[in-house]
Amino acid sequence: MDFSLSPEHQMAQKMVRDFAQKEIGPVIKEYDRRQEPIPFALKRMGELGILGLCFPVRYGGQGMDYLALGLACEELEAVDTSLRVAMSVHTGLCSMNLFQWGTEEQKQKFLIPLAKGEKIGCGAFTEPGMGSDVAAMRTSAKRDGDFYILNGEKMWISLASKADLVLVTVKTNPSARKPSDGLSTFIVDLNTPGVTRGDIHGKLGVRAGATGWINFQDVKVPAANRLGEEGEGFKITMSGFDHGRYTVASGATGIIRACLEASVKYAKTRQTFGKPIAEYQLIQEKIAKMAQEYEIARLLYYQVGWMKNQGKRCTRETSYAKKFATEASFSAANEAIQIHGAYGYSDEYDVERYLRNARGAMIYEGSSEIQTLIQAGYALGERSDKPLRCELPAYDEKVWQS
Amino acid sequence: MKIIACIKQVPDSEAKIKAEGGQVSWGESPLVINPFDEYAVEGALQQKEAQGGTVTALCIGPESAKEALKHALAMGADDAILISDAALTALDTQGAARVLAAAINKIGGVDMVVFGRQTLDDGSGITAAQTARVLGWPMLGLAGQIKVDAGSVEVSRVIEEGRQNVKAKLPAVISVVQSIGEPRYPSFMGIRKASKAEIPIWSLNDIGLSAPAQIVSRVELITPPSRDVTCEIITGESPAEIAEVLADKILAEKVL
Ligand SMILES: Cc1cc2nc3c(=O)[nH]c(=O)nc-3n(C[C@H](O)[C@H](O)[C@H](O)COP(=O)(O)OP(=O)(O)OC[C@H]3O[C@@H](n4cnc5c(N)ncnc54)[C@H](O)[C@@H]3O)c2cc1C
Repeated sequence: MDFSLSPEHQMAQKMVRDFAQKEIGPVIKEYDRRQEPIPFALKRMGELGILGLCFPVRYGGQGMDYLALGLACEELEAVDTSLRVAMSVHTGLCSMNLFQWGTEEQKQKFLIPLAKGEKIGCGAFTEPGMGSDVAAMRTSAKRDGDFYILNGEKMWISLASKADLVLVTVKTNPSARKPSDGLSTFIVDLNTPGVTRGDIHGKLGVRAGATGWINFQDVKVPAANRLGEEGEGFKITMSGFDHGRYTVASGATGIIRACLEASVKYAKTRQTFGKPIAEYQLIQEKIAKMAQEYEIARLLYYQVGWMKNQGKRCTRETSYAKKFATEASFSAANEAIQIHGAYGYSDEYDVERYLRNARGAMIYEGSSEIQTLIQAGYALGERSDKPLRCELPAYDEKVWQS
Repeated sequence: MKIIACIKQVPDSEAKIKAEGGQVSWGESPLVINPFDEYAVEGALQQKEAQGGTVTALCIGPESAKEALKHALAMGADDAILISDAALTALDTQGAARVLAAAINKIGGVDMVVFGRQTLDDGSGITAAQTARVLGWPMLGLAGQIKVDAGSVEVSRVIEEGRQNVKAKLPAVISVVQSIGEPRYPSFMGIRKASKAEIPIWSLNDIGLSAPAQIVSRVELITPPSRDVTCEIITGESPAEIAEVLADKILAEKVL
């Protein structure tokens, strides 16, 4: 077993780190305070190829593998969660699902501009009345000749107001015996007549990230924009979560690292009772826990990256990685604030932002409770992965780079 | 245009440098491409984009210096050459200049050689000029802008007094300063290329040189005594009051 990163991975990691630290680090506090997205962030991530990192070159991607995607997310979220959220929804939920389930024609039309960052995508599943219970969604699509007519509202959608395209799951068969069999997924151009959208303000965290709502009123969507078959929407949505959760897990790992680094630095310089607080065992315990959990979180997401590269289904392992890293990142941020004392409680330091940002990831992309249910399902033998009609292609260097 | 970017590998700027047993030690810190040389690569790539041609990154160093060359490749250099030889351990700037000039002559047909303004480790800032001297080419130092036109090059030098525009016939040696433009990040395509690149290693024999004699050598290496700094923040009702307290303290400490 080889745990080392290849030179290629290390260089990619450093490049993303340099970008985030140089271009986002200096301005993040200001935008987070103002609750405004950094205007150039998505554009730069697109230009630099970060948004299309893990797709084959012929689909506009950079030809890197799925592990590189996780490494990039760790680096991005070590600076700010809003950057990683873009990866989760644009790359994870939207582009990777298109790559997995799309027809060649759909990939040519939608994946290429998304991978190049020329278009921004998002993923819309949650509604005002439902989140965890995906099959309970009410937004509907009715077939009308070569079109579907969409009606309803999606809420809590990251990048809702910024994206050009949305991958949206809706109900196409309200009378399906199993509600989850009545869902279908579409790629919708957000500039289609009948689409309105807006931002939600007053979020606890990810304040430099746009989160909003999308309303569909008699929106005419070509049938050619349906991803997969009618009734496959639930499976497609769950596949999307496999990808999105991986980015959330690797990103949260970056928060743990950022908390650890900030805590070590502060603890070595802050003096109480005549010596640096790093010399007190009660502080050391907190730091040791962060260091250990960083390692665990990292190994868990590396495993998922590796499994994805191999083309193995990894819903269970992704769930472990996501739940562990998000909860550990919240606890690391909490302890980092404690180590910083009153300074940690103010936005003079970054750790309070880490705490606010970490909190959301225990809710979105499958809450901690939902992850526990998934894990228990596997452990009790009540859940197993059936092969999907379309699997995420295993990474193949030759195919990716040609 | 055939462009050479000369780069060096140095300890990271965050490294804690110490003298240890007569040697410079940077502990566990990573070695990186000399930050000033990233500007050289950037300047070279800009000229390649403007004029067409190729950029070759050239470095003297141990095997591990390939990492610095890979960084240049990942930024977009077309190829890279490492000059490495057991006989090159004690190299001063004029020695490095002789080695680089010999390699540049061996490459042949070179139009422009670009250096960073100085290195982060030795920081002499004269290797570029010495290389130009050995090659017998004009030296345009501290360039903030480079313009090539019909076989000649005009650079805008960033000097204390302001800007100075100078012109020379190609081939020429140029050293660049930060105003050349922020070095680009390595691209993912470049990273993939760099990680697979087989970087040729040239020995002294390959460039037809024997080890240049050292003219300048270090007499002694010492770690500067650590400074014990305490920080005191002076507060007061008004700026005038703060200034008064500060002035008293400065006088009491006999700084003035
Ligand atoms: C910042 C942010 C960004 C988001 N971005 C997106 C996005 O881009 N796209 C998108 O579609 N959605 C997005 N969401 C929505 C997110 O996915 C949902 O909030 C999430 O799925 C939970 O749904 P809910 O909020 O409706 O909570 P509910 O489903 O109503 O759950 C409420 C509580 O009950 C718990 N619970 C639910 N069912 C069970 C059960 N069976 N057993 C035990 N406990 C249970 C939950 O864990 C939770 O604690 C985002 C949310 C946030 C905060």
